[in-house]
Amino acid sequence: MSAATKAPAAPGRADLKVVILVPAALLALAVLPFVLPTYQVSVATQILIFAVLAMSIDVLAGYAGRTSLCHGAIFGVSTYVVLYGSTVAGLPVLASMVVGVLAATVLAAVFGVLAVRTSGVYFLLLTLALGLIVWGVCLRWTAVTGGENGLRGQLQVGAFAQPRALYLAVLAGAAVMSFGMWRFVHSPFGLTLRGIKDSESRMRSLGYNVPLHLVIAFTVSGFFAGMAGAMYAVFNNFVSPSTVQLSQSVAGLLMAIVGGIGTLFGSVVGAFLIIALEQAVSLYTERWLMVLGAMFVLIMIFAPEGVVGKARALLARSAQRRGRQ
Amino acid sequence: MMDRRQFLKTTAGATAATAIGAPAIVQAQGSGPIRIGLLAPLTGVVASGGREMVDGFTMFWEQQGGTLAGRKVEIVTEDDASNPDTALQKARRLVEQANVHFLCGDLLANTGLAVANYVKGNGVPYFIPIIAADDLTQRARIPNVIRIAGYSASQTTHPLGDWAWKQGFKKLATIGQDYTFGHEQCAGLARVFSENGGKVVQQLWHPLNTADFSPYLGQLAGAGVDAVFTMQTGADGTRFIQQWANFGLKGRIPLMGSMNCTDQSVIRTMGAEPEGIITPAHFAEGSDNPATQKFVKDYEAKFSKTPSLYGFSMYSGAMWIARALEKVRGEAENRAAFLDAVRTTELTDSPLGTAVRLDAYGNPIYDIMIRKVVKRGDGKFWNVPTDTYPGVSQFWKYDPETYMKQPPYSRTYQAIKT
Repeated sequence: MSAATKAPAAPGRADLKVVILVPAALLALAVLPFVLPTYQVSVATQILIFAVLAMSIDVLAGYAGRTSLCHGAIFGVSTYVVLYGSTVAGLPVLASMVVGVLAATVLAAVFGVLAVRTSGVYFLLLTLALGLIVWGVCLRWTAVTGGENGLRGQLQVGAFAQPRALYLAVLAGAAVMSFGMWRFVHSPFGLTLRGIKDSESRMRSLGYNVPLHLVIAFTVSGFFAGMAGAMYAVFNNFVSPSTVQLSQSVAGLLMAIVGGIGTLFGSVVGAFLIIALEQAVSLYTERWLMVLGAMFVLIMIFAPEGVVGKARALLARSAQRRGRQ
Repeated sequence: MMDRRQFLKTTAGATAATAIGAPAIVQAQGSGPIRIGLLAPLTGVVASGGREMVDGFTMFWEQQGGTLAGRKVEIVTEDDASNPDTALQKARRLVEQANVHFLCGDLLANTGLAVANYVKGNGVPYFIPIIAADDLTQRARIPNVIRIAGYSASQTTHPLGDWAWKQGFKKLATIGQDYTFGHEQCAGLARVFSENGGKVVQQLWHPLNTADFSPYLGQLAGAGVDAVFTMQTGADGTRFIQQWANFGLKGRIPLMGSMNCTDQSVIRTMGAEPEGIITPAHFAEGSDNPATQKFVKDYEAKFSKTPSLYGFSMYSGAMWIARALEKVRGEAENRAAFLDAVRTTELTDSPLGTAVRLDAYGNPIYDIMIRKVVKRGDGKFWNVPTDTYPGVSQFWKYDPETYMKQPPYSRTYQAIKT
């Protein structure tokens, strides 16, 4: 977790590289759908959406020290509202997406108020319980949520019926949100969160309103999870209780952990690794979950700080060695 | 910090490009094998049913010699993991990557509905011998989704409602799994029974995977009814029947069930507990029809177990597909002609031994049998027909258009006439 305690990079020196590297990365990702077959484009779209979910979890887990097990539910609520809005209430897709994100944000704010007074394992359990409530409501409130069968719609209207166009739109959305989250955790507010993570009592004695900071952080992170959920609604055209169930929250958290907690963009790597591996392995065996499980165990043993965290540590070490020579 | 982070992001993108850019199978046009995408839950809560689906489906194609109209038949099987999101993803992969000509399968209603919604957008034919969700061939029907060799949830319980009334039962209680399939099956019975003049005095709903039925059994025992109807699938069926017997209710109150409740997948692992339970179905493995008995013998010889509804339905579904494909000389690429052939095919040589055809809405019309669980010669139990309702459609005796103007059956709308 050393990455989290480091000060953000000095803006002056980094700016030049950002100017070159960020557009280069975005360009590479933007060209992707033109070289991949259709199915892989939809896999790539899914990776981007789940990367945003994983990043939203990392904002809390990596920077405020609060590991949430209800972000899958917040994500799914947005998906539900978007599908309900556009298929049952007859709203335009974009409007229902706005309502969906709004609903997720409000829900996150409520959950935040309930959860932030706890920390550690109690926070984990409380958010788990809150997520299960959402799942229970989605399963039982048949009249609105369609119960077990869920809601279906046709949200890929106009140009977005093309997988490529949909991918590019999701890429644009994910890029903006990644920047938003990056900016958020590197802002003075984000620094306060890191302070809270390191020592809550010290921050309190310094005069910071710790619960308020955490509620805001929870709400902001829920907002991003909701954005991911709204994009998922358009991507999937379908939602059922399996989208809000615990395994969804766990999947998001695992992606963040595999990539590296507190690295933010590690979540992108984590989402890619897990989804791509799932796709590749399930081609050969129906026991692909065991392979994934083995991967998690290996990562926890050899790179507990995550793939990106480990890579960073290795790079830093080699730079140090070079510096000494 | 920044440069490394960006570096990693770039590498991630590049790796993504190479790793998931694995070459897709090249699509053949009009020649080469007929590719069938088979979706079945091979993992998750209904995995054992999924295995039998694959068994039944492949058994037919093996008997067929793996070819049809001079073309090889290639079956690409994918596991839907009993999860609708996975089912949708696998359907996408089958259509967009494996380039299958059509899809077939899925067990749970929500997985089928998710895939149906996907093919609604792209017109890929999708056949659902197991998915029973009423509305898929009623209010929300999709032209390229056809329930060949399948049944709609309330199709078999409508006649049971009539049968129960004719047995002289005046008061009934129902208990069912609390999800759409359960609501639809209970409603079919409750509606017809109450319209005949019977009274449905109590309806209980329990969550899927209920371990302990004692609170429900207590209520049912004290309800003062002439008979009880139970709608169950999978392990819930096993537990309900077992506890019904353990509580001493077996033989005291007549028990009727949904067809899945006494399906071979449930009763083949049990002892004498299910004996005497009455269920309605279009298939009865204990029927003395020679075609049925031949199928049962073949299946038992191959898999050393009596065929369940899953194995039977997928076998017949495969046969239906084959008969339709023969009509269009194996041209699965020509979707319109193929779908038309499927709709107009009358299946005469299925294990049912009777001719089956589709109604105008893509659901088969069956002779619905009222079956009773009895012991057969070798000590095993199976379902033997005692009564038959010929030519039952998904709409029972109602006018289809009027029927579909009423709301779909649900927990709150059981269509009980009071």
